Amino acid sequence: MPVALHIPDGFLSIGVALAAWLPAIAVVAYALRVADRQLDDERVPLLGVLAAFVFAVQMLNFPVAGGTSGHLMGAALVAVLLGPWLACLVMVVVLGAQAFLFADGGITALGANIIVMGILGALLAGFVFGWAQRAVRMTRPVFLGLVAAVSWGAVMLGAAATAILLGISGTVPLGTALGAMLGVHALIGIGEAVITVAAVSAVLASRPDLLFFRPTTEAEPVVGRVQEA
Amino acid sequence: MRTIPLKLFVVVALAVAIGLATAVSPFASSSPDGLNKVAEDKGFAGAEAPGAYQEDGAPVAGYAFPGVENERLATGLAGFTGTLGLFALGFGLARVLRRGPPSGHPA
Repeated sequence: MPVALHIPDGFLSIGVALAAWLPAIAVVAYALRVADRQLDDERVPLLGVLAAFVFAVQMLNFPVAGGTSGHLMGAALVAVLLGPWLACLVMVVVLGAQAFLFADGGITALGANIIVMGILGALLAGFVFGWAQRAVRMTRPVFLGLVAAVSWGAVMLGAAATAILLGISGTVPLGTALGAMLGVHALIGIGEAVITVAAVSAVLASRPDLLFFRPTTEAEPVVGRVQEA
Repeated sequence: MRTIPLKLFVVVALAVAIGLATAVSPFASSSPDGLNKVAEDKGFAGAEAPGAYQEDGAPVAGYAFPGVENERLATGLAGFTGTLGLFALGFGLARVLRRGPPSGHPA
């Protein structure tokens, strides 16, 4: 059961695989440092649940066009619930377990996979939610639209980054890799967006306070609404 | 706003994850995924070269629980144990990080 976007050993040149470890280690080290500040009593079990959830959904390959399958990456989902840095750590825990226990995704390629799913996936998704929250009024439709867009975008960005790493490695011409990867993942990303929106909606309906990023609750008219300091 | 207790949320979410990994994953699509499909189509699938550890040492290589003949059962068991294991890993890591030294401010 191979997994979309998980780069196995052998696909990347040694130089690219090793170079990828540098940003991966730097980001994970920083994430570990700031984690204490962001973890409260509720996020401790939530981090465990999300690691379990991402692992589980990454086993569920759904068919997309032309004899190909795809599955949820989970990066945007985790980012909405935990914010960028904790989300990145969740992806790293999942990727590490998959590589070392399940032989899924290479071990020398783990740095590259951390860049693709942990950094360009979860961390950047979290930053985008943060920027958007400051830039626009986050009504519920805007919020869910953003969740869908970021989910799709994270898959596409991961696909592009994987193609670029393959291209630099000389495994396959860059143009060929980019076209093929983006083509397939444009469809997989739609599945990602649909499932992520469904999952986030379920959290919104049950425990909206657990979301790190959430819509501003202004369904009612703003008469007499006090601006919180 | 009506909400559910955190414990219930955690239990339900974990149960959904375990249920999916245990009961649905054995029936998931076995078609090659995005990257593998591209690798096949563009002729670099053969470049895959797992190291000795992943060939022989990884305990649940290929999401097949060791010693179980039935493929679907092996996948389901791998999903079950893996999901529980990831919960423990994530929860444990968060606990350790939470207990870590206070980051610059008095507790």
